[in-house]
Amino acid sequence: MTDTTLGSTGSGHDWSSPASRRRVKRRYAADRRLQFYGIAAIGTAMALLGVLFVSLIQAGYAAFTTTKVELSIFLDPAAISQEKPGEANYRRIVRDAFKAYFPDVTGRSDERSLYKIMSSGSDYIVRDYVVGNPGKIGENVKILVPVSDPFDQLYKRIIPRRIDALSSDRIALFDALKQQGVLSVEDGAGVAKVSVFIDPAKVPSEGGVAAADYDAMIKDGLRSYFRNEYSRSYEEIISATAAEKLQSVVAADPSVVGKIVEVKLPLAANYDNLLQTGQATIRNPRFGSDVEFAWFDSLEKRGLIATPFTWELFFNADSRFPELAGLAGALSGSLLALLICFVLSFPIGIATAVYLEEFAPKNRTTDLIEVNINNLAAVPSVVFGLLGLALFLNTFGMPRSAPLVGGMVLALMTLPTIIVATRAALKAVPPSIREAALGVGASRHQVALHHVLPLAMPGILTGTIIGLAQALGETAPLLLIGMNAFIPSVENIGLTEPAMALPTQIFSWADSPERGFVSRTSAAILVLLGFLVMMNLLAVYLRRKLERKW
Amino acid sequence: MLSYLLLALLVLTTVAYYAGLSRARAFATASGHAAQHSLSGYHGAFVAAWASLPSFLLVILWLLFQGSVVDQLLISSLPVERIKDLDSGQLNLLVSEIKSIAKGNVFGEPDAVVLAAAERYNSWNAIASWAMLASALGLAVVALVVARSYVAPRFRARNEVERIASVLMILCSLIAILTTVGIVGSLLYETLRFFSMVSPLEFFFGLNWEPQIAMRADQVTAGGAFGAIPVYVGTLLIALIAMLVATPIGLYSAIYLTEYASEGMRAVVKPLLEILAGIPTVVYGFFAVLTVAPAMRDLGAALGFSIAPNSALAAGGVMGIMLIPFISSLSDDALNAVPQSLRDGSLGLGATKGETIRNVLLPAALPGIMGGILLAVSRAIGETMIVVMAAGIIAALTLNPFEPVTTVTVQIVTLLIGDSEFDNPKTLAAFALGLVLFLATLALNVLALSIVRRYREQYD
Amino acid sequence: MQQLDAGSVQVLTSLKSSTAQTIGEPKIVARDVSVYYGEKQALFDVDVNVPRNSVMAFIGPSGCGKSTFLRCINRMNDTIPIARVEGKIAIDGQDIDDPELDVVELRARVGMVFQKPNPFPKSIYENVAYGPRIHGLARNKADLDRIVETSLQRAGLLKEVKDRLQEPGTGLSGGQQQRLCIARAIATSPDIILMDEPCSALDPIATARVEELIDELRQTLTIIIVTHSMQQAARVSQRTAFFHLGVLVEEDETSTIFTNPSDQRTQDYITGRFG
Repeated sequence: MTDTTLGSTGSGHDWSSPASRRRVKRRYAADRRLQFYGIAAIGTAMALLGVLFVSLIQAGYAAFTTTKVELSIFLDPAAISQEKPGEANYRRIVRDAFKAYFPDVTGRSDERSLYKIMSSGSDYIVRDYVVGNPGKIGENVKILVPVSDPFDQLYKRIIPRRIDALSSDRIALFDALKQQGVLSVEDGAGVAKVSVFIDPAKVPSEGGVAAADYDAMIKDGLRSYFRNEYSRSYEEIISATAAEKLQSVVAADPSVVGKIVEVKLPLAANYDNLLQTGQATIRNPRFGSDVEFAWFDSLEKRGLIATPFTWELFFNADSRFPELAGLAGALSGSLLALLICFVLSFPIGIATAVYLEEFAPKNRTTDLIEVNINNLAAVPSVVFGLLGLALFLNTFGMPRSAPLVGGMVLALMTLPTIIVATRAALKAVPPSIREAALGVGASRHQVALHHVLPLAMPGILTGTIIGLAQALGETAPLLLIGMNAFIPSVENIGLTEPAMALPTQIFSWADSPERGFVSRTSAAILVLLGFLVMMNLLAVYLRRKLERKW
Repeated sequence: MLSYLLLALLVLTTVAYYAGLSRARAFATASGHAAQHSLSGYHGAFVAAWASLPSFLLVILWLLFQGSVVDQLLISSLPVERIKDLDSGQLNLLVSEIKSIAKGNVFGEPDAVVLAAAERYNSWNAIASWAMLASALGLAVVALVVARSYVAPRFRARNEVERIASVLMILCSLIAILTTVGIVGSLLYETLRFFSMVSPLEFFFGLNWEPQIAMRADQVTAGGAFGAIPVYVGTLLIALIAMLVATPIGLYSAIYLTEYASEGMRAVVKPLLEILAGIPTVVYGFFAVLTVAPAMRDLGAALGFSIAPNSALAAGGVMGIMLIPFISSLSDDALNAVPQSLRDGSLGLGATKGETIRNVLLPAALPGIMGGILLAVSRAIGETMIVVMAAGIIAALTLNPFEPVTTVTVQIVTLLIGDSEFDNPKTLAAFALGLVLFLATLALNVLALSIVRRYREQYD
Repeated sequence: MQQLDAGSVQVLTSLKSSTAQTIGEPKIVARDVSVYYGEKQALFDVDVNVPRNSVMAFIGPSGCGKSTFLRCINRMNDTIPIARVEGKIAIDGQDIDDPELDVVELRARVGMVFQKPNPFPKSIYENVAYGPRIHGLARNKADLDRIVETSLQRAGLLKEVKDRLQEPGTGLSGGQQQRLCIARAIATSPDIILMDEPCSALDPIATARVEELIDELRQTLTIIIVTHSMQQAARVSQRTAFFHLGVLVEEDETSTIFTNPSDQRTQDYITGRFG
């Protein structure tokens, strides 16, 4: 920064001065910083994409296998008639077959928890098998039936047998109490020997000792053991039945009112467990008792458990039970809706684009059409749903939940995509082709139909496939016209029958509380993404294969 | 029935084509090709078009209006004493009951009037279907015969066919306008009905949104349940969070990709970013519920404060991920549109790349980038599935990103999901919200597109 | 750089060792400069000396490599990923590829004016202040104001724009825009200005103003101008170099080139046989 005299020969600025060097260095550092931000931004985006896929695959891959148990069933001709094989009491048959594995289980309540290991759809699976193979009646057959959702999840190690019941700070509180020598085990139950002041103020004049607030007394009493920290959580160490216990003590000797008594109060189950076993875990509440684990383990030991590929995911209809739920209804619904969408949007889109690009005069009306197309492309999809609901369902009285209406709404949404793609493809056809055709006496319609459209077709097809791929993933408009009906069978498939679509199925499964639906939802998403990838690859392939360089 | 009719029409069309074709061929061979104006195929197409299009149009119109006409007939045929005390909702219920009985689903012991009405309904529908079949086929045959009589050597069949094609193309082009008219019309109609029940003042300025409770008439009049301000605030909060995530990541990615990255890196990264754009929003919604919300809750717990499982942060954050490719590709376009000469000018003065980007390229591309950001905002407020799955339903008036808030689209979906009657304010409120959403996104889009267009013109 | 012959190395080292930069010693020395775009060679072994405080014109038909060579002198070819430069260029004896010499400094000292006026979409003031600002050439606001004013003055633009320095530079006429770009280049106080067909987008009156300006700037600066117009070369330059098909055919006093060229190709070009 020596004198910057302008006009002198040579730069007056001393570039080699240390200050100047530092400045240049700083400027390059700023440049590198910007580059770093760019790499960080791209890295973040890629990482998010990775996390998205990894978490979907992690949650979803389990649903592609189903944990099944092999039943060996004697198809007793006495119980199943040849004429009407579908009408036998399959529930009994299946349960008897399963019960046969556990001869020593008796008693209704034990049997009921035993049957909970099997999926409740097992009866139908066996029934369908027999109806499909009536010749097997009278034979011994082995049939795989799914286990119920908790055991499926257990076998795939998605849920544990025991879960943490107590957080570390709760355990610390418990330890503090233990060190004060308060806790002990008596008659197989953990108790806390606590001094409690039977506060006369908490004994109402009316009702007497029977109506006193023993809970509050116990809380006050406990508080003295935790002088250093005020936490509400110590209250849960004592069982909820402690108040009854204290009441019985006071009722037995009403003279203790106004004095401090030492009582042994029962511990809450989690803390009792911790005291007696040293374990801070409890049985996963999805399971009824520990003996269920033993039964399941014995099945596994006998080699009766298998995990075949879940073909049911593609061939079953929807179900309330995750181990039985499949995508057949959703796939057929989506297929029909896409078919309608294609049948409507493809010709209309091409006709519009050809008209605007090849025939339309430049005037107000065509300007209006163009503005409309551009704006429709940006209208939120839920608004199209409102249109479908108000116009198609309410005004025209079309059926609710039907693929026909879904396809029509999707067609309106897909139209702008197809029109824009078609116009781009038409524009790419060089004018010389049109001039050549006109020059040999073709009419403008013949030019468009015979020369321009065939040449533009690869681009049109690519745009159409991409538009249909978008339509396949569209959810909100289908929700509004009710294409999220619960359809537990795939018998009634039709354009005007209530149906489900793939994305709405994902939405409804994602809303279901059963643990198994998390895997099912992720698997359904992987199926949907699979279809989208295939459609996009097809579009890329078509473009590569048919692309013409001018 | 309908499929047979369509099949019959298809057969008739084919017959018509050959009828025209054979007649044209006959005189083509008789008089030689020179005398004939159009190729024989055009004569066939002319007859086929007249045979199929009018009756096809008739079928569509018939199907659109048969339902409402039969409904009107049904209602007017019901005995007056049966319906005089019913309000419109109860009447609708009665009609649906009759229809369901007509389909064969009989529940309980319907009275004789209803049973008779159901029978009438069935027979009318049958009559209507047969009438449609007869008139459509009749029209097709008449049109065929008349059109065929036109076929003559000097008849300009090609011009006629091309005129029909032009009319069809124009009709198709009008669908874009009709869709817009349909959207605006239906939203406006239902919104006006809504405003006849609930004051617009309350809707636009009220602070209390509890539409689910307001199903009872006394509470509608009591007021306060349809104040949509909390819904708007929630929408804007989530959109703001989404933009705070998407804008820096998208913009810096675009800067790096256009100005620094090698050809090979661009070829890999750009398609990967496009994958983010192609993922359906229901997938993002599930991702928010499955991964992002629990992660945020754990993070919050680790830092010692509580984040709701359906916090605005989780929903907005995931929406931001969805918008990254949107921002980056539009910024990419804007940066690429800046002429090379400006880059040269700045580099030629000894500026580093970073200085050139910051001082010359970004200011020059700013209108394009702003247009892209506005388009992304419009997407964010119109986005539905992510917020339906990951945001809240209760309309809380808060700006705290750790709390659940609700959005316009969430309310539309929750108000309309399941069976909906069109005569209570709860359902109609969804249309009022839809109209607000439509107008807001329309305004944003028009603004954004005009900014982008003016900016493009600047460098063309 | 590898295939320098012994002679040129000697020239370079002698230039480097001489600390005194006397008039008459060349400002720019180029030896064996070749440029490749990918596989294609665009410039073949160019040797030239550019004397200080004078104007040298590069002429030749389109695609002859004159602009390519010009862009070597301030290393603008670095910004094209596929371009590769071989050979040696020295300014005041300083090798411009010397890792010690920063390209930022080089470009600040070797200004460039482009074919199409390319003012930044900023105010007139900011356009001129841009270079000094990024290089830190001004101590304070008053200093910067003075640099901007002097630069505009020297570019002959001050009188026209004095009252509207805050208006956008893109609002000026084409000729004014180009003089603004020259002012912008001068503002970093370079010793050399490279002009790549600076008048090709201008009308004759604006061209005359720029040519006048070039003549004035010559007093203190070394200028290389690439031009399509032989008349312009004759009007503004002292020496002229003729390029053809990537080869420097001939370089001499401008008057010699136009009256008595030694190469037949030069003769053909200036008499209009091709180009």
